[in-house]
Amino acid sequence: MIPPAEPDATRMTFHCKVGTNTFAVRDALLGMISAPPLADLPPDRRDLVELVLAEVLNNVAEHGYDGGPGDITVTLGRCCAGLSCLIIDQGRTMPHGRLPPGERPGTAGVPLADLPEGGFGWHLIRSLTTDLHYARDQNQNRLSFLI
Amino acid sequence: MQLQTQNRPKVLSVLVMEDRIDAATAIQFKERMRDLTQTGDQRVVLDLSRVMFLDSSGLGAIVAVKKLLGPDRVLELSGLTATVQKVFRLTRMDTIFTIHPTHSDALSHDPAS
Repeated sequence: MIPPAEPDATRMTFHCKVGTNTFAVRDALLGMISAPPLADLPPDRRDLVELVLAEVLNNVAEHGYDGGPGDITVTLGRCCAGLSCLIIDQGRTMPHGRLPPGERPGTAGVPLADLPEGGFGWHLIRSLTTDLHYARDQNQNRLSFLI
Repeated sequence: MQLQTQNRPKVLSVLVMEDRIDAATAIQFKERMRDLTQTGDQRVVLDLSRVMFLDSSGLGAIVAVKKLLGPDRVLELSGLTATVQKVFRLTRMDTIFTIHPTHSDALSHDPAS
């Protein structure tokens, strides 16, 4: 008999308070990787999840909250042979109400002085996740993905 | 941002003593590197063997350091951990830098050859 599919059996919600503390995102990440479900992952996989969460959280802190104070919640759960992630914040709406395309900043044939120093974040997020969704719900930004 | 340096006639080695170069410390890293490389003209080998985590801010700071050194001064990297290497690969920044497996590989490499 095939057992019924389990919905996210174990979901953990973490809180990150950004603003004056420059290390808020780093501290939140260290808390997340040392608890289930991330702590149970093989190290190489866990590192990539940490990277994606860092990119998302830094974006919220820098652009959603403009470097000012704000709360971010991260809910992680086991789902369909991977992890489900839901990040909620009350910052500014995503520009144009949708996710950036995340094109890789070009490097081929680019002169040294013009090499990109930023714009990598969404490309990394899109490269490493599936089922990426963004929705604006009243005053909330809701970003979800599988990894 | 702790950096340990070894100044040789042909190579300036910089060992990053932190386990993360991230959004919180990328700017300090860039500024420390600028201070360390202000004088001198040797190639710079940046050893990242202790860096377990590098995000896009950290990557951007390393690119900024390469740009600060200018076209006449080489910046090479060594000791990239698997995940850090993946960040360079996904962004194709592994094509922009010479990356050595270890610091001693970097030291014995002669870019003129």
